[in-house]
Amino acid sequence: MSTTEKSAASGIGPVEGAGETAYSVDNPAPYIEAPRQRTKKTPKSTRGNFEMAAWLFMRLSGIVLVVLVIGHLLIQLVLDGGVSKIGFAFVAGRWASPWWQTWDLAMLWLAMLHGANGLRTVINDYAERPNTRLWLKGLLYTATVFTILLGTLVIFTFDPNIR
Amino acid sequence: MPAGTLYRGREGMWSWVAHRVTGVLIFFFLFVHVLDTALVRVSPEAYDNVVATYKTPIVALLEYGLVAAILFHALNGLRVIAVDFWSKGPRYQKQMLWTVMGIWVVLMIGALYPILGHAVREVFGS
Ligand code: HEM
Repeated sequence: MSTTEKSAASGIGPVEGAGETAYSVDNPAPYIEAPRQRTKKTPKSTRGNFEMAAWLFMRLSGIVLVVLVIGHLLIQLVLDGGVSKIGFAFVAGRWASPWWQTWDLAMLWLAMLHGANGLRTVINDYAERPNTRLWLKGLLYTATVFTILLGTLVIFTFDPNIR
Repeated sequence: MPAGTLYRGREGMWSWVAHRVTGVLIFFFLFVHVLDTALVRVSPEAYDNVVATYKTPIVALLEYGLVAAILFHALNGLRVIAVDFWSKGPRYQKQMLWTVMGIWVVLMIGALYPILGHAVREVFGS
């Protein structure tokens, strides 16, 4: 790799490819790349940005959930007589409107995914044995998929004239 | 454990613990809540029967606790977001926590009558 040769006359030998590469008369030492610099030779990262996306999702879903959940609590527990009014007829009245169907659907999906991701973090923090982690997460993901699907199905197939 | 080595964080640590505990609690509740609501697909009677138990005084008390957990998690969650995204968030994290607690106390007092009113009337007669 040596490109410089001692020449008696100048003290600095001729520099091959000066100007095109990292070497030059003014900078005869080879350019050393920063250790973490990404180049074409760097192997592709095998990790994506999943954890960063999850971190961001917790915050974005949190902001939306504040509106959805507090609105839900107000309607169900505070306004119009509180819990006392809740019953099949009340549910039928609300789900007759696409607005409240959409509200409840969004709340279901966001809260379940937000909560499941939060629980994933908690499992990662406390369960140390690989097998324990595997089983706990398997259980978590199963319960999450089941709950989201069941809830979605109930909202979409609700029948006010079931009897 | 050698004496004096137990990490005792200050407000920041305890708010983190409370955020975690309330988050897990709300998740478990949500799971059950979707199951009970699914009863509307079984029959109006099945649903109304379960909801009837929600109107008892003891469940009203549990409900008040659930609302307490959700309101804390929601308000403190907004604080966490502010700490992460607002340039001055970390500097004011403690003030924001006391603001959260202040709002939480006010909302919990406001929720007393709507949530527990009917239970009090039932227990002590109206
Ligand atoms: C009401 C609005 C809500 C807001 C503003 C909110 C906000 C947040 C934020 C910002 C985090 C991330 C904390 C961190 O990374 O340190 C978080 C964590 C979490 N949230 Fe929520 N959340 C809300 C509702 C919910 C609901 C409905 C559930 C349950 C279904 C839930 C369960 C959790 C769990 C389990 C964690 C993980 C706690 C941890 O890692 O310590 N949250 N929340």
